[in-house]
Amino acid sequence: MTPATTPTTRASAGPVPVPAALALGDDALVLAHRLGEWAGSAPVLEEEVALANIALDLLGQARTLLSLVGDEDELAYLREERAFRNVQLVERPNGDFAHTIARQLYFSAYQYLLYARLAEGDGPFAPLAAKAVKEVAYHLDHAEHWTLRLGDGTPESHERMRRALDALWRYTDELFRPVEGLDGVDPAALREAWTDRVGGTLRQATLELPTGPASDAWTAGGGRQGVHTEPFGRMLAEMQHLHRSHPGASW
Amino acid sequence: MVTGSVPPPRAAGRPTPLEERLRALAGAVPDPELPVISLEELGVLRDLRVTAPGRVEVDLTPTYTGCPAVEAMSADIERALHAEGVADVEVRTVLSPPWTTDAISAEGRRKLAEHGVAPPRPSGPGGPVPVQLAIRCPHCGSTDTTLLSRFSSTACKALRRCDACREPFDHFKELH
Repeated sequence: MTPATTPTTRASAGPVPVPAALALGDDALVLAHRLGEWAGSAPVLEEEVALANIALDLLGQARTLLSLVGDEDELAYLREERAFRNVQLVERPNGDFAHTIARQLYFSAYQYLLYARLAEGDGPFAPLAAKAVKEVAYHLDHAEHWTLRLGDGTPESHERMRRALDALWRYTDELFRPVEGLDGVDPAALREAWTDRVGGTLRQATLELPTGPASDAWTAGGGRQGVHTEPFGRMLAEMQHLHRSHPGASW
Repeated sequence: MVTGSVPPPRAAGRPTPLEERLRALAGAVPDPELPVISLEELGVLRDLRVTAPGRVEVDLTPTYTGCPAVEAMSADIERALHAEGVADVEVRTVLSPPWTTDAISAEGRRKLAEHGVAPPRPSGPGGPVPVQLAIRCPHCGSTDTTLLSRFSSTACKALRRCDACREPFDHFKELH
């Protein structure tokens, strides 16, 4: 990663709010890493390529967002777990393919709505959002098509998709909690459109929106406050290991 | 060669003859992943400004946010302009307005098709919602083609198969 290639234009002058840049940037970075874990083990070659491409889009978004508020490499590789501000949903392990698709469906639907709103404004995130919303439309399309195939596929694929949707549902409430400095966009305002979009896809796929709690009653906080689930530490250790072992190494 | 004299200022934002010449050079740089098409034809070269004698700023926009070819494009542009005697070249990545496949020139589309990549279709309703225009097989010209995967060898392409000649091919997918 070289600073020379990070975008330099902003829609408006003025400082970029750090909490919002980290929230959006970390969501993209962490999910990019998780999707990258499929490289070499996806069910079919085309799917491996697709997941890697989605990961690459997200990595590009993360680089742009993190570069708005600091050095992208330092932020990605030298922060401790508690300093990351991504939602817990994106750090959840890949699980089986259905879990990966369910996670992507929940997240891409949210990211698509959020970026569409940010793109309408003239804040510091508008240029990136206007660019990325087009990419995320393809991510969402990909997740929706797989949801249809798995949900309306065999009894086995239907059951696995249902289990994945249920297991990840408890991480969805966090998507709609407020983020400081988000160009005046309140994520809570996206919930209705999100529920319509995801619910519509699930009905078509002969599935249903899960009915359990959308957050855990016992949670001490959420990813936006730096509180993460246990598998995140291991993911971070793997992601940061090379940079920390060989500071300044390059290709 | 770039002379040591102070370049004449731009009149009302119009590029100077020197800028036009340097832009033609930068624009002729081939795309690193699809070398049949130039950066000008791809529509990613946004602006070139001579800011001081021997000093040039170039605005480049990525096709996709994470496009890894941007670094190679920047390096190639710098090399082309250095070879012309410009000592100081700064390539900046700009995001606004976002690049769309409509920025690909007619000549660029023709070259893509000739190279076996089905060019993107013109603006429709937008996004991945299927625009009901057939995608033509670049090998045999049949419109009887099927989508195999939304993502292909690069983020900007989808993988399709021709049901007439049975050849798989890349389709430069629409981004509007």
